[in-house]
Amino acid sequence: MIDFINFYLFPALAIGSIYALGAVGISMIFGILRFAHFAHGDLMTMGAYGVLAAAAVIPVYPVFLVPFGMVLAIALALLVDRIFYQPLRNLPTIYTVISSFGVALIFRSLVQLIWGSQNQVYGSGGVRPPLILFDTFRISVLHVQAVVATAVIALLLHLFLSWTRTGRSMRAVSDDPELAKIAGLETEKVVRWTWIIGAALAAIAGLFAGMDTNAHPNLGWNLLLPMFAAAILGGIGKPMGAMAGGFIIGLAEELSSYPWIGDQALISPSYKTAVAFVIMIVLLIVRPQGLFKGRLL
Amino acid sequence: MSALLSVRGLTAGYGGPPIIEDVSFDVEPREIAVILGPNGAGKSTVLKSIFALTDIASGKVVFGGTDLAGCDTSAMVRIGISSVPQSRNVFPTLTVDENLDVGTYAAPPADKAETREKVLQLFPDLRKKLNQPAGELSGGQRQMVALGRALMCEPKLMLLDEPTAGLSPAYLERIFDLLLDIRETGVTILLVEQNARQALQIADHGHVLVNGRNFVSSTGKALLADESVRRSFLGGAAA
Repeated sequence: MIDFINFYLFPALAIGSIYALGAVGISMIFGILRFAHFAHGDLMTMGAYGVLAAAAVIPVYPVFLVPFGMVLAIALALLVDRIFYQPLRNLPTIYTVISSFGVALIFRSLVQLIWGSQNQVYGSGGVRPPLILFDTFRISVLHVQAVVATAVIALLLHLFLSWTRTGRSMRAVSDDPELAKIAGLETEKVVRWTWIIGAALAAIAGLFAGMDTNAHPNLGWNLLLPMFAAAILGGIGKPMGAMAGGFIIGLAEELSSYPWIGDQALISPSYKTAVAFVIMIVLLIVRPQGLFKGRLL
Repeated sequence: MSALLSVRGLTAGYGGPPIIEDVSFDVEPREIAVILGPNGAGKSTVLKSIFALTDIASGKVVFGGTDLAGCDTSAMVRIGISSVPQSRNVFPTLTVDENLDVGTYAAPPADKAETREKVLQLFPDLRKKLNQPAGELSGGQRQMVALGRALMCEPKLMLLDEPTAGLSPAYLERIFDLLLDIRETGVTILLVEQNARQALQIADHGHVLVNGRNFVSSTGKALLADESVRRSFLGGAAA
């Protein structure tokens, strides 16, 4: 039981928070811009490498350098929106989806070009000893940070969407872009904020993912599928649903390799991603609006 | 007498052949004007063209002395025009209160709380529903939310596309009564309506379109009495 909590539940919550932070951006972009942003994983990679670059110069614990990753990811997101997505906005969204595929490849190639394709560890490196609670629970400091950060972000995002003018405008555009235009809302400003929030959260997720293992050019791309599964699970256009979806997918993936029956892993850890995939497909067939009544794709 | 809104020789459509051609009419301050006509006459297109939601080939629209050419929708709202489309006219996942609040973003009123109170006095039914998502309300209540949202920016002119579409006869009369109340607050109303007879009873002027062109314009009373209009659009004899 203790093993279950230490080696399965805690890591599952940590990977869940990484998915949650990525999925919320995917869900918001889908809700407001109405396309599946396939470059979102690579935007996470960019954020992770932004911190890596800063860590090479500033010798502090990398988590403190997350603003550098966020700024890089936000700048890139706004730039690619301006160059590659905005001109396609009046065409069917499939054009933008394909375009975002291209952007994903561009991001990955840039990372390889600038930082090389090998694995890289964060500056201060070294493995921190885990926190030990009540002499039994062992939990990595990084995992605590990821889960706490995600919880705080979820709360702030909820308050932002419920109570600020920009947040409410975002929900209005997500509900009905045509009516939002008629009501005189500034759609382009809403789009800008969607990228800013989505990219900032992607950078945080990318950093935690990179620090949990190491930074490499495929870091975010490998996380894309479970993040899409999480966004669909939560219901497209439902940011809080996507957050919950992230945790559900993270838990499902990690806990599927627990030896529930006998002492073998129920499903080999190498098939983890398949678990997310299966959940996504089943859900699309059975309940395409997601668990929390989102929009149909 | 200077018109609040003046439409001159408007020809517009949606990229293809024009839906409306050479349409002209005036809307006087503080009046209710109604655009009538058979299905497909281009009534809604006239409203959308005034609000810059179509491709305008020629003609012009002047509002309070300002030529609206080149104005986008948020600029329209800022100078005092608000619009309520026929269907999908509330934000379904936003609460009623949030729907009203969103109405103030493009052109914030001087005192938001006071404006909200005025709107809720017009639609007292909404008071109990303020925290409910607008998508959960009945059609008639949604129409009130939509009108309320459009009033929150304190417009001078409201463009309403069939505000009674799909409503029960009881609600239909309430909406028409509300339009009279709204006019009392000093707002000018231009509406498109299928329920021609009832609309003409509250309207100061009516403009009948046929095949995208002006057919006849006159006062509401005169149109009600007009034999050809009555025969063609007000029922009675089969057309």
